[in-house]
Amino acid sequence: MLEISNLSRTFFPGTVNERKALRGINLNLSAAEFVTVIGSNGAGKSTMLNMVAGKLQPDVGAVRIDGKNVTKLADYQRAKYIGRVFQDPMAGTAPSMSIEENMALAYARGRFRGLGLGVGARRRKLFIDELASLELGLEHRLKTKVGLLSGGQRQALSLLMATFSQPKILLLDEHTAALDPQRAALVSRLTDEIVNRHQLTTLMVTHNMEQALALGTRLIMMHDGQIILDLDAEAKSKMTVKGLLGEFEKIKGAQLDDRTMLQ
Amino acid sequence: MITAVELGLIYAIMALGVYLTFRILNFPDLTVDGSFTTGAAVASVSIVNGVNPWLATALAFFAGMIAGVITGLLHTKGKIDGLLAGILTMIALYSINLRIMGKANVPLLGEDTLISPLRQAGWLGSGPAIGVLFLVCLIFVAVIVWFLHTEVGMAMRATGDNEQMIRSFGVSTDNQKILGLALSNGLVGLSGALIAQYQGFADVGMGIGLILIGLASVIVGQAIFTQRYIWLAALAVVLGAVIYRLVIQFALMAGLEVNDMKLISAILVVVALLLPRWKGFQKMVKSFKGNKPQDAPTKEEVGSNA
Ligand SMILES: Nc1ncnc2c1ncn2[C@@H]1O[C@H](COP(=O)(O)OP(=O)(O)OP(=O)(O)O)[C@@H](O)[C@H]1O
Ligand SMILES: [Mg+2]
Repeated sequence: MLEISNLSRTFFPGTVNERKALRGINLNLSAAEFVTVIGSNGAGKSTMLNMVAGKLQPDVGAVRIDGKNVTKLADYQRAKYIGRVFQDPMAGTAPSMSIEENMALAYARGRFRGLGLGVGARRRKLFIDELASLELGLEHRLKTKVGLLSGGQRQALSLLMATFSQPKILLLDEHTAALDPQRAALVSRLTDEIVNRHQLTTLMVTHNMEQALALGTRLIMMHDGQIILDLDAEAKSKMTVKGLLGEFEKIKGAQLDDRTMLQ
Repeated sequence: MITAVELGLIYAIMALGVYLTFRILNFPDLTVDGSFTTGAAVASVSIVNGVNPWLATALAFFAGMIAGVITGLLHTKGKIDGLLAGILTMIALYSINLRIMGKANVPLLGEDTLISPLRQAGWLGSGPAIGVLFLVCLIFVAVIVWFLHTEVGMAMRATGDNEQMIRSFGVSTDNQKILGLALSNGLVGLSGALIAQYQGFADVGMGIGLILIGLASVIVGQAIFTQRYIWLAALAVVLGAVIYRLVIQFALMAGLEVNDMKLISAILVVVALLLPRWKGFQKMVKSFKGNKPQDAPTKEEVGSNA
């Protein structure tokens, strides 16, 4: 379903600030696979997601969705296939528009937008049903401007908007990081439900080891622009937070070794 | 005084165009100084050459749209800063407008225009003309409000509201900006065409400083009326345009000269921008609106905040 091959990108090449963000990433996701992505700051997780979404262009490498090469398509051109939720709860919704209008914006994902009314009676009914699945009571506040919602409510709405129009791929970049523990747990639970219900092929970046282990069917760890650990469902179910931390320690140790060897 | 209201209602169409760019797209478009005159020039020259005034006015709308598209292309495809893109088109249009008119001033004396039926019926400067013009404004408001609730209109609002988000749902924000600038400047050109027909001539300098009038109308309107609904906001722009004209009229009656009006416009915009931030004014508005602060979360909404 999602095929990432030899994806590489260097920022500021040839300068003192040169930074190899991705060094030839290869990753294949079959349909309905739910991969959690962990890794230290600057590992290249967001860069990888941004390239799948089309926000960033790779130096070399390709992204294929359902067999179709989308590497050259701009972000809005591949939005038809990709749902996204951002870390910032403000980023995924239009604050000065109402809840039902935001739902309508999402509903028209990747389709031609014409002169038909954005929110008609039949759509409103659909939106109410979808909103009700969040169990936050948003279905009773269709006319409320989204800017008035709390961060957790907005993020839950962003998640619904990104998914209910059934994209082929779902990209989540630390989408619970800005929420308090209670709201984070809520959005985390919703993510699990929604991904399962729609059988979405998902990449989820998180710094929360427990979340990375609790959700998904596969786990990868990134470091310095590479995938250094890839656990399938079985290996993942046996893995513990302690075990993951151990893997992190190993990397740090390896780095120290490199340095000592250089000296 | 009635003349001021009439003028205000015609300028209101231009102000609605400015509302589309400034408020909906969040784009400070300065093209209007040029496209207003372009509309006036195209309509006047067409009418003088025997074109039906309805068609001439429609041509003015399209000429304005083209100007908007050019600014849009400069900004989106050329990656030129929005303000600069507008200024570039505006300055270039000055020469183009002179080319269209062939001279600095095109009189419409004795020509059939869209305004002449009103004049012949003796309605100008009296109640019925205001009624007719207000009705025209209401039609434009209705069409704009309808448009902003269509799928494409909502994509345009989202473009001004959260660009990254609407791109992630498959909308080309470049195309939305170009479309918005085209519609906006189309309205501005149409307003210019009507002003030329109303005053009986097109003049190459008639658009200078116009952006301030548009801004003043939008800001004065929004300072006085709530922003809760789009139709109210759009209506507020129309009333803002009329209020602006009345203020100018009072300034003239108080002994200021026509040449002072640009200064008055600028001061009015500054006042309209600063006044809503002044606590005393906020209190006044509050009591005026029955104590319901606009856009503030209701109790229920605050209560459910995390
Ligand atoms: N637009 C950019 N311009 C320059 N450098 C960038 C850009 N985006 C990312 N980088 C660099 O690329 C590297 C990888 O960044 P990236 O944001 O992908 O890391 P990450 O794994 O998402 O980290 P975090 O956990 O902190 O979010 C970093 O060193 C970063 O400084
Ligand atoms: Mg990141």
